[in-house]
Amino acid sequence: MTEPAVQLENAKRSFGSTAALDDLSLDIPQGDVLSLVGPSGCGKSTLLRVISGVERLDSGHVFLNGRPVDGDGFIEPEARGVGFMFQDYALFPHLSVRDNVLFGLKKRKRADATARAQDLLGRLGIAHLAGRFPHALSGGEQQRVALARALAPEPGIILMDEPFSNLDQGLRQRVRDETLSVLRASGTTVIMVTHDPQEALSAGNRVVLMRKGSIVQAGTPYDLYDRPVDAYAAAFFSALNAVPGFIRGGRVETRVGTFAAPSGLTREGKTTVFIRPDAIHVTTVPGDVQARIRQRVFLGTTENVVLEVEGLDQPLTVATPTRLPVDADMVFFSVLPRKVLIF
Amino acid sequence: MPASSPATGLFRPSGRRWPGCAGLVVLVVSLPFAGLASEALKGSPGLWAHLISSILPVALVDTVILLTGVGLLTATLGTAAAWLVTAYAFPGRRILEWALLLPLAVPTYIIAYAYLDILHPIGPVQGAVRWLLGYESPRQFRLPDIRSMAGCILLLGFVLYPYVYTPTRAMFLTQPGNLIDAARTLGMSRHAAFRRVALPMARPAVAVGVALALMETLNDVGAAEFLGVRTMTVSIYTTWVTRSDLPGASQIALMLLLIVVGLVAFERWARRKQGYAGDTRRSRGMTPVPTGRLKGLLLLSAGLVPVLLGFVAPATYLVTEAWKRYQFAALSPRLLQEAVNTIVIAMLATAVTITLGLLIAYAARLRPATGWFLRLSTLGYAAPSTVVAIGVLIVLGNADRFIDGAALQWLGISTGLVFLGSGAAVVYALTVRFLAISAGGIEAGLSRIPLSLDHAARTLGQSPSGTFRHIHLPLSKTAIAAAALLVFVDCVKELPATLLLRPLNIETFATHLYGEAARGTYEEASIAALAIVAISVLPVIFLSRVGIAGPASSVLARDNDHGEGVRI
Repeated sequence: MTEPAVQLENAKRSFGSTAALDDLSLDIPQGDVLSLVGPSGCGKSTLLRVISGVERLDSGHVFLNGRPVDGDGFIEPEARGVGFMFQDYALFPHLSVRDNVLFGLKKRKRADATARAQDLLGRLGIAHLAGRFPHALSGGEQQRVALARALAPEPGIILMDEPFSNLDQGLRQRVRDETLSVLRASGTTVIMVTHDPQEALSAGNRVVLMRKGSIVQAGTPYDLYDRPVDAYAAAFFSALNAVPGFIRGGRVETRVGTFAAPSGLTREGKTTVFIRPDAIHVTTVPGDVQARIRQRVFLGTTENVVLEVEGLDQPLTVATPTRLPVDADMVFFSVLPRKVLIF
Repeated sequence: MPASSPATGLFRPSGRRWPGCAGLVVLVVSLPFAGLASEALKGSPGLWAHLISSILPVALVDTVILLTGVGLLTATLGTAAAWLVTAYAFPGRRILEWALLLPLAVPTYIIAYAYLDILHPIGPVQGAVRWLLGYESPRQFRLPDIRSMAGCILLLGFVLYPYVYTPTRAMFLTQPGNLIDAARTLGMSRHAAFRRVALPMARPAVAVGVALALMETLNDVGAAEFLGVRTMTVSIYTTWVTRSDLPGASQIALMLLLIVVGLVAFERWARRKQGYAGDTRRSRGMTPVPTGRLKGLLLLSAGLVPVLLGFVAPATYLVTEAWKRYQFAALSPRLLQEAVNTIVIAMLATAVTITLGLLIAYAARLRPATGWFLRLSTLGYAAPSTVVAIGVLIVLGNADRFIDGAALQWLGISTGLVFLGSGAAVVYALTVRFLAISAGGIEAGLSRIPLSLDHAARTLGQSPSGTFRHIHLPLSKTAIAAAALLVFVDCVKELPATLLLRPLNIETFATHLYGEAARGTYEEASIAALAIVAISVLPVIFLSRVGIAGPASSVLARDNDHGEGVRI
């Protein structure tokens, strides 16, 4: 069995009284593309910095490919073989694109290094920029130069701190797809920090959700979206409707329907049921529960409909792909039981 | 790279070497002060009593009067000049804005030297006055003697006001114009608005500038001595030079340091309030009011008065005298030798100061916990040169005796005075004095480089030292060059420490000038003085080019942010 690319054991790091990493343990297998997601200040950037070695742990251990790098003894960042892409790209302003990419290749023979840099610039489609300086590049070009520079020394692990957040929305999707396909092709282990839930779900084959220095949940994107461990994890990836309910005999009764309680839920009494907006089916055909439309926000593919339901204090938000008549007022809806979240 | 090296600190040795060296630098730089304190304690009670009865009363009173006078004059001149160029638009304002900085290029001892001759009873000014009034001899009519307390205050005030002018002008520029407008709509005249709104808001900046001007006043030996004012700084000098009383000199030096500490505390206290005013930085500044032709001309003339008195008059005097001297005797070999001495000493001191500054500034970046090294290294900057020189004298004197004794005992040869005899003492004192300029300037340059560049370089395989060489050095070379220029010019201008510590028979421009002025002979000194002023003008031009206009960008403003101030 191969060693995990990155292994953290009881990692702790505090800044003043706030714990950026609070006794965190995590294994990242070779070749994983892992999205590290969480609200700002949750410690995700600190985790990256600890792995790269620009930040030290207060206590705990870090192993890279089985080699201890922090804990007992400390390996400097330059000796770790970890690539880092910074949010601001951190391109050296006094060096040309070519020299930026060559920066990490100083230990190689000049000819080898130049060939490697040339090859990378070509593969990323920026060979024509080689002689330019960072200030003369667009955001997307800078991003690709930063990627080329991080990849140049062929690190086994690449860390990316919000690598796409400085790009505008249109460019972002494309650059992200390109970048990740390059990284997957190189077989590199990638750890990418993001605060964007959509990006986290679409980019990685694994997602780690953090809060206040701890891991809330780690798993595949499907795990995190479909089987969140708690309301926080569920609410992180989409809006949620919270509906009061009552557990009785293995069933949860609510104003919008009665659902089977998940196995393992043994308590009885009051509870809250969480329903994602896309788990509610709305129609004008008389059906389960009646509601009045309070507001409609048309988004193109879907439409957000805010429903007032008798007996519920809070209105329900529904994301529906089917178009309701323009003058619809009273509608009927039903909840898909499989998608109801009860904790 | 060894994977298992035991690391106890925050970084492995490669990263730990820098803070270690920086600590060593701070130790070396603060040694003179420790030496001073220990030497002062040696003084006998009898000596102390003598000091209190004979020297201190005069020196202390003179010092306080001088400080008060210079403080009032620089505050008035500096604030008025700053208001003039920010509140009114008139032809020539742009030029006046930077011309008002020019007196900074005239060291205090040079303005005293120049005016002693300009205003001499048989000099050009008094001669002209007598001619106008129809008198024939100085016996019938003469102006009050410039060699007086009042003369000293006036002369120092006219070269030191830019210390107040610079921060105050920056403050007026960043003051929200809408506050003035608000005051106007509430029925205040422009003058009342200045008095009741703009001035109170600028008070912290004025206080900071005054504190710096007063530190410069305490630093001065030449002007006070030429003009017959017996300040404490002069007393230290004479106590050592004429009475060879090192403990006595140390005791006065320590008392002087106390006054400096008071000034620094005052400056910090004033700066505390500056924070509030700084909050309004984003808003639009004041728009200067256009003035009519006549009024504009009047304002321009008023603004030119300090420039004329503090720079143009002494500079013109020096140029004519230097030219006369040159016609008479060309450049003597002695003067050329002094030029070499001046430049070599200044370059050596600059090289050492910049190297140590780089070390301290980068160590503070590597390990922010060592940031207080940076603060400690600025100690010498606030201290008057004479005080630093006495401290260096004590430390190196002891070191010399120790080396000589050891060599005599073990090798049977006498080494003599290794440090004091070689000029190393001058370089040491200049380094202690000006390290703050270099460390502060370089730190300002480094702080503009995002930390992510350091981290990028490290993850791309560079050690801390390699990162410094490949990233920080090339990216901060402008800041380093600027700091080097400032230090170099300060070294060229520096008089008291060079005077006390130079090896026998080594003269620089400054000490030559001092010697002639002290003897009352006016020979080649004008050429030396002209050279000093010409070199000192460089940073003024430089500062006006790198944006004296913007409060955030210049070395000057940066200095002001950190309590080191403008010394050019």
